[in-house]
Amino acid sequence: MKEYLPETASQTAGPYVHIGLAPHAAGFAIFEQHFGHDLTQPQTRGERIRVEGHVYDGSGTPVRDVLIEVWQANAAGRYDHPADRQHDKPLDPAFRGWGRTCSDFDTGLWYFDTIKPGSVTGRDGRPMAPHLNLWIVARGINIGLNTRLYFADEQAANARDPVLNLIEWEKRRETLLATREQREGEIVYRFDIFLQGERETVFFDL
Amino acid sequence: MKTDWPARELVHRDYRHHPPALAPLYKTSVLRSPRNALISLQNSLSEITAPVFSQREIGPRDSDLILNYAKEGLPIGERIIVHGYVRDAFGQPLRNALVEVWQANAGGRYRHKKDQYLAPIDPNFGGCGRVLTDDSGYYCFRTIKPGPYPWRNQVSDWRPAHIHFSLSGEAFGQRLITQMYFEGDPLISRCPIVQSVGSEAAIRTLIAELDTHAAVPLDSLAYRFDLVLRGHRATWFENRTQGAA
Repeated sequence: MKEYLPETASQTAGPYVHIGLAPHAAGFAIFEQHFGHDLTQPQTRGERIRVEGHVYDGSGTPVRDVLIEVWQANAAGRYDHPADRQHDKPLDPAFRGWGRTCSDFDTGLWYFDTIKPGSVTGRDGRPMAPHLNLWIVARGINIGLNTRLYFADEQAANARDPVLNLIEWEKRRETLLATREQREGEIVYRFDIFLQGERETVFFDL
Repeated sequence: MKTDWPARELVHRDYRHHPPALAPLYKTSVLRSPRNALISLQNSLSEITAPVFSQREIGPRDSDLILNYAKEGLPIGERIIVHGYVRDAFGQPLRNALVEVWQANAGGRYRHKKDQYLAPIDPNFGGCGRVLTDDSGYYCFRTIKPGPYPWRNQVSDWRPAHIHFSLSGEAFGQRLITQMYFEGDPLISRCPIVQSVGSEAAIRTLIAELDTHAAVPLDSLAYRFDLVLRGHRATWFENRTQGAA
């Protein structure tokens, strides 16, 4: 029988994950370029949005040492990756679709500055509702948690989304909806993540 | 833009090779682990794509932790090379994977504003680095061997010497963070974070071996640490509207 190599085992990112993945947050400058929370450039196409929230543990306390990565399609609904063959949708040379953020050590608030993604075609050929893919690591999290952020104001698209519809408990689908608010001309989507408990966020095995 | 890749699915993750979310001997996991089961997805484009990194984003000294923060002299500690290959489950090399590392200094102290351990900061050691794998999946760092350090779990718990590793491969579903330990360290078998990985075979995937062949005489010892990310199935998934390639 063919032997496959087992995947390297995951371990927690620990409390000092910032040293490696966001050294400026750990309190020092070392690399010329760092990977950050702003996914936009002046030329980027699409509606500017801020996405922000807290991550809460099972006691309701904000997790202040969390690191989150986002991966998303551009405003036309295409990923900047060669396996995305949706050639009818343009690439945006000013948008990579990836970013990394960490929560504030005092308040626990995290945020990304990005654009609202377009709809990506799902595996059955039907559209998925606009969404951000989030990956969450921290002290106490032994293997990175994957979730999706959907937009509460995309009701019609969300109602047809193949992934949301996979969640048989309709009540739990709401944990993936970010709510839209206007703040001094800025559009902010609020997305709180609950690691455990009554309002526990849906996490995926990709 | 790059040429097309086939839209291949990832093989499902085998959770028996990973620590469970809830590992009570690692106390922080108790309130930070979901109580619901994960919901398993069949892959869509969202999971099989990921950011593509470029050599232009990486500085020439980013993979040399001995020099990348040296201010007035060299850092203190054991000079070592850490190197190896990043492959997928089928043994195929993963090219252009972003490997990021971070670690404590020789005395077990991190350069982080939240680390209060009384062992001193080394003014010439930062403790982080990054590199892209080459066409054969190979990566290489130069660094100082980190020291063990105490942490607040049980009051007398000490982490074995370790280097944190973060890997970004070809798909967001391959994203992985882990820790590398050093062959022969007696703290490995006593550590609740290591032992949260249930199987001995899986723990062995985290232990780097002394590699005297790669040591530089009169300069540095070397450790070999290979990593494996999830593999892609050979078959493409069907997608009616994507077919134009």
